[in-house]
Amino acid sequence: MHDFLRYIESYLGSDKTPGTAGNIFWATVYVLLVFVGLSVAVIAMNWLERKILAHMQVRLGPMRVGPHGLLQPIADALKLLLKEDIIPAGADKVVFWIAPFIVVLAAFTVFVVVPFGPTHAITDMNIGILFMLGVSSLSVLGIVTAGWASNSHYPLIGALRSSAQMVSYEVAMGLAVVSAILMTSLNATNTGTLSMIGIVEAQKAEAVWFLFKFFPLGIIAFTIFAIAMVAETNRAPFDLPEAESELTAGFHTEYSGFRWSLFFLAEYSAMIAVSSIAVTLWLGGWLRPFPNLLQGPTWDLAFSLVPGLTFLFLGGMCFYNTARMPKHPLFKVQTVGLAGFGTLLALIGILMFLPPLRDRVGDIFWFSAKVAAFMYLYIWYRGTFPRYRFDQLMKVGWKVLLPTGLALLICTAIWALRAQVWADVVIPMWTGFVDRLRSIF
Amino acid sequence: MNPALNPPLSNPPVATPYFFYGLAAIMIIGGILVITRKNAVHSALALITTLLAQAALYLMLYAPFVAGVQIILYAGGIMVLFLFVIMLISIERQEKERPFNKQWLVGMVAAAALGGLFIAVYTTRTRGSVLFPPVGRESYVEGQNTQGIASLLFDLHSGTYMFAFEIASLLLLVAIIGAVVMAKKRI
Repeated sequence: MHDFLRYIESYLGSDKTPGTAGNIFWATVYVLLVFVGLSVAVIAMNWLERKILAHMQVRLGPMRVGPHGLLQPIADALKLLLKEDIIPAGADKVVFWIAPFIVVLAAFTVFVVVPFGPTHAITDMNIGILFMLGVSSLSVLGIVTAGWASNSHYPLIGALRSSAQMVSYEVAMGLAVVSAILMTSLNATNTGTLSMIGIVEAQKAEAVWFLFKFFPLGIIAFTIFAIAMVAETNRAPFDLPEAESELTAGFHTEYSGFRWSLFFLAEYSAMIAVSSIAVTLWLGGWLRPFPNLLQGPTWDLAFSLVPGLTFLFLGGMCFYNTARMPKHPLFKVQTVGLAGFGTLLALIGILMFLPPLRDRVGDIFWFSAKVAAFMYLYIWYRGTFPRYRFDQLMKVGWKVLLPTGLALLICTAIWALRAQVWADVVIPMWTGFVDRLRSIF
Repeated sequence: MNPALNPPLSNPPVATPYFFYGLAAIMIIGGILVITRKNAVHSALALITTLLAQAALYLMLYAPFVAGVQIILYAGGIMVLFLFVIMLISIERQEKERPFNKQWLVGMVAAAALGGLFIAVYTTRTRGSVLFPPVGRESYVEGQNTQGIASLLFDLHSGTYMFAFEIASLLLLVAIIGAVVMAKKRI
């Protein structure tokens, strides 16, 4: 027992991730924390998406279950668990059974390397970004097998669309990622890195987010990735695999109850995963805004108060809405509930002001805040853009994003080596040209 | 080879022979399922299992970059296109057909040749040389694998395999153009 405690203690104060340090206990703790955090994020996202989308369309959204529909996701989850689990008679049972698990496994496994902070990751792999892209590309296998195993026309068409779409956009996505990785190699040793933590640290060392590096090349790469990642996660406006108006629900039409909720979980955690890639590669990962411009203890303190202030603001919003609740006795439970939720958020906010906690959650907060911005964008896209036609989708992928990505990669490489290119290519060519002219005339 | 790329391993290897036996068993079972399943989609799924186990085998050999590429290219790319095509085949007709082309003689000769090769490789151990080199020899530490491959492929001074790599990519390009030419009547 004493040895065990010593083993647990030995990791504390380490400047490595538990996976890299080889501490199995803390690695397990981190895995569980990430899993719980993700599940909570998916539940919150479910509620937020319905509310925000409703407000964008001048509706109220869920209002009945709990104050402002706050308990709606829990009610939905209970309903899904109690629902009858139907397997179609003509379905291929084994494959039908495996498909949702492939999707969920692929969507959750990628979080092994997502860096929430310099030490707040399950592990740091030398092939981090490659691992993320590779494992998330496996989720299309689950979608394809789900569509095929249902033995029904709509799911099959949805699966076909999905596989064509995901394979097409993976190429453009890869090119954008490579140009960002190229930017990590601009250091003394001229050696880049694929490790997720290494990529963020390269941005810290170069004192710029890769979004703004080599303006406008970084922004173009980011734009390509931002378009490709929406297509990759089958979300509006690229949600052809599950286009409601044409295919009922696409590849998961025949799924119900728990299996359907697995697809739902996988879709949202895949959205969080690709947003994490975008944040890590272009938006500085866990780094707070302006780490080099606004440095010094005063700014550090000011930025470290932001997480607590955010939670206090959310708590304040809850109290504001508590005051606005109808005064009818029937709403009493809801009013008390909302006030309780506000108190909980405010308490978390106050806890975040405590110095030991403040120093430890800062990086996680900034990472989550950046990912949350992407999540809001996803909802915004869904609220504003009409769905693409399939030929338009393919045209955007192969004829716009892919050539742009290739040109961008070449431009980034040339710009990164501009001094060498100038000295070794341009000047010799120019002098050679001038000599040639002299010899002629 | 550049000695700077070959530092001694800092950690003792976690990959024991049992990993190899497990993965090899998965690969062999997967491979057998690929050729015995009548349903083509089941075969493709078994093939994916085999390829993933192979990726794990690369990991065991301290080649994480190759493992990652294996997952992206084979399991995530090529097999998806396989499934894409296979799904369009009518299953009912396919199940009635005999999937085996019974060419016993050719099959026996090929199997005997392959088995002979295996035995020849295995018996080299008894003749003094080692079958499996000790773990960690001639391998990069995990943290430098990608960089090591990059300098072997692209470095101006130690890039031994640059020419071979470029030739291979040219070959693939020719294959793609050939496929387009054959598939399209009018270009």
